[in-house]
Amino acid sequence: MNRIKQLFLEKKNILSIYYTAGYPNTDDTIKIAEALEKSGADMLEIGFPYSDPVADGPVIQASSKQSLDQGMTLNLLFEQLKELRKNIRIPVLLMGYVNPVLQFGVENFCKACAEVGVDGCIVPDLPMVEYEEFYKGYFEEHNLSNVFLITPQTADERIHKIDGLTNGFIYLLSSSATTGKSLEVGNTTETYFGRIKNMNLKNPTMIGFGISDKQTFDKACVYANGAIIGTAFVKAIENGNIEESVSDFMKKFKS
Amino acid sequence: MKYKVNEKGYYGDFGGAYIPEMLYPNVEELRQNYLKIIDDADFQKEFHQLMKDYVGRPSPLYLAKRLSERYGANIFLKREDLNHTGAHKINNTIGQILLAEKLGKKRIIAETGAGQHGVATATVCALRNLECVIYMGEVDIERQAPNVARMKMLGAKVVPASSGSKTLKDATNEAMRDWINNPVDTHYIIGSVVGPHPYPDMVAIFQSIISDETKKQLLEQTGSDQPDYVLACVGGGSNAMGMFYHFMDDENVKLIAVEAAGKGVSSGFSAATTFLGKEGVLHGSRSILMQTPDGQVVEPHSVSAGLDYPGIGPQHAHLFKTGRGQYVSITDEESLDAGLLLTQLEGIIPAIETAHAIAYLEKMEFKGGENVVICLSGRGDKDLDTYIKHFNL
Repeated sequence: MNRIKQLFLEKKNILSIYYTAGYPNTDDTIKIAEALEKSGADMLEIGFPYSDPVADGPVIQASSKQSLDQGMTLNLLFEQLKELRKNIRIPVLLMGYVNPVLQFGVENFCKACAEVGVDGCIVPDLPMVEYEEFYKGYFEEHNLSNVFLITPQTADERIHKIDGLTNGFIYLLSSSATTGKSLEVGNTTETYFGRIKNMNLKNPTMIGFGISDKQTFDKACVYANGAIIGTAFVKAIENGNIEESVSDFMKKFKS
Repeated sequence: MKYKVNEKGYYGDFGGAYIPEMLYPNVEELRQNYLKIIDDADFQKEFHQLMKDYVGRPSPLYLAKRLSERYGANIFLKREDLNHTGAHKINNTIGQILLAEKLGKKRIIAETGAGQHGVATATVCALRNLECVIYMGEVDIERQAPNVARMKMLGAKVVPASSGSKTLKDATNEAMRDWINNPVDTHYIIGSVVGPHPYPDMVAIFQSIISDETKKQLLEQTGSDQPDYVLACVGGGSNAMGMFYHFMDDENVKLIAVEAAGKGVSSGFSAATTFLGKEGVLHGSRSILMQTPDGQVVEPHSVSAGLDYPGIGPQHAHLFKTGRGQYVSITDEESLDAGLLLTQLEGIIPAIETAHAIAYLEKMEFKGGENVVICLSGRGDKDLDTYIKHFNL
């Protein structure tokens, strides 16, 4: 069974961490993954950097740029990920923009993911229509979950369509925003989260964008199967010893 | 109609809407409404009234005598430089501001390279009393100071884009981020035939007034609405698409799109997209763009801020791939020389963008008597500093 499905069957309040591959240093990709699993992360989203990340705020943009400037490419990332399953057992997804995937070749990309033990992908600017018509077959052949995003503005009908197309989880954006904005659970957000919860989707949901501490994480877990932390984590590992910064950051969520 | 968009938003292999979910509702709202709104009789009436009384259309089609003598062909200049605000960009911003009003939007954002689209957007926002935020690359803010001042005077907020190459591509990224963060009340006026469907089609429709008028004027002046050649410069490609639009299905009319070679196509400082680019996705559509083998967007270079863009619109990519359009390139140096030449032969100082199209005349061979139309997309006031420095004037 796909590790993502297994995780959602076994656990509640899932904590998933996003970080940019090759940041702060090119060879940190695997080190960070190992440190995260050791300190209790349930799932990982490894970002492959892109030069023009329009959905990202300043922190993830800067980490992407630094990673690219230091020489990160998809080829190099897959080289590094050959070590992934030596010590890592939790589910791992790759997240990034569609153009690098198109240049790598979607079929090759799916194959490479499967070979290194990646369980799923999040490609926010790959449209649902193109995915369904041209690429779904490759993802299924390699047992990869393709995760779609929804926002407070996404219509119910479209949410049902997404629910039918995907088989990992649905990525619930807490608001329509670029990454790094803080989560304010006001009445509208609560109504939106509640609406999604009542739709009885077949897929579990994870709340992302704006989760930065234990308090916002716990709030998200009331409405979804867990939450995703990105910007706050990327900021936390900017400087210093990777193992220490990761373990310090994760302590806040495990107390 | 074989070169127009299909019902899925594609031009052959190009186009589509490669956007994150955060932008989907905005773009979908536009997609569902743009043709309905544009085709409405009241909209058409208001659009054409403003085109006439505010923009000053129709813009003249001028037979440039001395230029014609020099090259041995009848060279007609479509004078978009005489439009209010000095370029073709206003055709699109008038159309989109009226459309934004119909959609009930209260706030307008836009990206700008040379500042012409920024000025054209700030102008229509002042005209219709809407809040206006313009994103502009830091490098462009420096080299286009007069336009920055104009935007501010018109009441727009000019926000510097400081990521990447700090030019048009990065200004576009910032505008898209703004739209993601303000999904309900804001309309994004994209200035070129780029972006997710329906933008390339919508902008082309508004700019198509250029070729619509040209055909009528040509018929009147030459007895035929079919010239031998139509030329225009291409950054994203909005003036070229407006100039080509009603000629696309006239297969005997040769369409020539002039890209910016910068310091030379192979110099590493170029914006000649069809020469250096490959198929991929940029700013929401599948097109041709300059990129590394790993799919990272390459930073372009051109002396003209309006052509300093690493991609072309999807409809241009389609015209290029099908061979319907001929895509060529002109260097910084050649364009500046052509700018000076036009100034001294015809008394018209062109924008450096436009000068690229003029410069291509040097490379063409005429038998004599051919009719050639060039889109004189903008005036050169904004580029005086660059001209002065280059020629030590």
